[in-house]
Amino acid sequence: MTIPEPYRLFFYLFSTMAFVGLNAAYLVWVERKGAARFQRRPGPTEVGPAGLLQPIADALKLLSKQVLVPPEADRTLFRLAPVMVMAPALMCLATLPYSERLGARDLNLGLVLVFAFGSINVMAVMLGGWASRNKYAIISAARIVSQNVAYEIPMLLTVITMLMITGTMNLREIVEQQAGGFWGGFWNWNICKLTANPLMPVTFVIFFICMLAETNRAPFDMAEAESELVAGAFTEYAGMGFGVFFMAEYANILVGCSLATILFFGGWQSPIGMLPSGHLWFLVKLYALIFTVVWVRWTFPRTQFYRLLNLSWKLLIPLALFILVLTSAMLKLF
Amino acid sequence: MKRALLELLSGFGSLLTGMRITLQQFFKPPVTVHYPHESLKMPARYRGHILLVRDPATGKSVCIACKSCEKACPSDCIVVEGIKREGDKRKSVTDFKLDFTRCSLCGSCVEVCPVDALEFSKAYNLASTSKEAFYQIDLVKRVEARDP
Repeated sequence: MTIPEPYRLFFYLFSTMAFVGLNAAYLVWVERKGAARFQRRPGPTEVGPAGLLQPIADALKLLSKQVLVPPEADRTLFRLAPVMVMAPALMCLATLPYSERLGARDLNLGLVLVFAFGSINVMAVMLGGWASRNKYAIISAARIVSQNVAYEIPMLLTVITMLMITGTMNLREIVEQQAGGFWGGFWNWNICKLTANPLMPVTFVIFFICMLAETNRAPFDMAEAESELVAGAFTEYAGMGFGVFFMAEYANILVGCSLATILFFGGWQSPIGMLPSGHLWFLVKLYALIFTVVWVRWTFPRTQFYRLLNLSWKLLIPLALFILVLTSAMLKLF
Repeated sequence: MKRALLELLSGFGSLLTGMRITLQQFFKPPVTVHYPHESLKMPARYRGHILLVRDPATGKSVCIACKSCEKACPSDCIVVEGIKREGDKRKSVTDFKLDFTRCSLCGSCVEVCPVDALEFSKAYNLASTSKEAFYQIDLVKRVEARDP
């Protein structure tokens, strides 16, 4: 079924926004419940059954608060930053294929677009921190820039590795390459393609670590290190300004995990060829990865800043380069 | 080079160990008490504010109004009055006021009581909107109102 063009645009705009909104709201719930379970607590229980209405209550609270702009702040940039952090995440979702036929736009350069918009996010947080005119916010902005510069490199190196294997930047085609027909299954997924590169699982781990760092998730949440920087770049934001930053964090996790699903775990392909593939498999893989992100957050303490940079420059970049060289050699030889 | 790689492997292994441990905790039941809905039973030696012991036979206090507790109290927060009723061998208490705003829960009154008429309550989540609720706690009224 193909919807005629202008309606198609509105339909996808609406559903992408709804998808991001629902996910951002309920991933906060998942995060809080997950945190509680990892720490052997019950978590939110009071608002609705099992605290399921908690995100709605939180959203109402944030929406009803006054949007304050500090008097010394740069008003325009201050108000622009939350929009700039949310918009790229929404744009990235337009390229993602959820199943063979479900996806907003089938772009030939989907992968490039995701990374192009993904890096705007960093600039937006930097602008927000800078415009706040708050020392914690500025320190946080400086940190986030150096952190993202450091982690963009190994991430893109792993993506180049994947590109050399797949030979296309179209996300739908990347997933279709990982199909195996009736007798196929998870061994057709890129993460198991050891013939292309025997270090494929390592490539995924590098990608995953960089994804955590790019989305500023613990243990790399240097930008929002509560114990040192109050709330980092978000210190001066009140009400929904903060709420949008918060939503954008989860939207970025959503994009990152979707991308990992597409690049490494075969997107909508079912793990056993005999079972039908479809968008449900995509969601299962996506939420399994998101659960892992929550799991990582509540397992590891925050790293120190120099360790974070050391990890990237001394370990991930050389390793990613080595994998890149190895993959190109393997592709040439076999 | 070799050492660095080994360090990398062992470091990654330790990360996985950490994740395994947290996942094990994830599937275990919560250990916290869901407070407003359920609360812990206080241990036997918990010291709340004092209460008069109820005599199960008469339903009244066994206090003989000797005022030892009043004298023993370092914070002067106990006031005891008693009368000798006709036919009784001993005095009986008519008025026992506790000023809980000054009580330090030292327990001297409980120790000094010759007839063991005082005990600690187990009440720990006391709250009130007025000072009067803790300023003059009428323990005689309490002992008569208590469940047998």
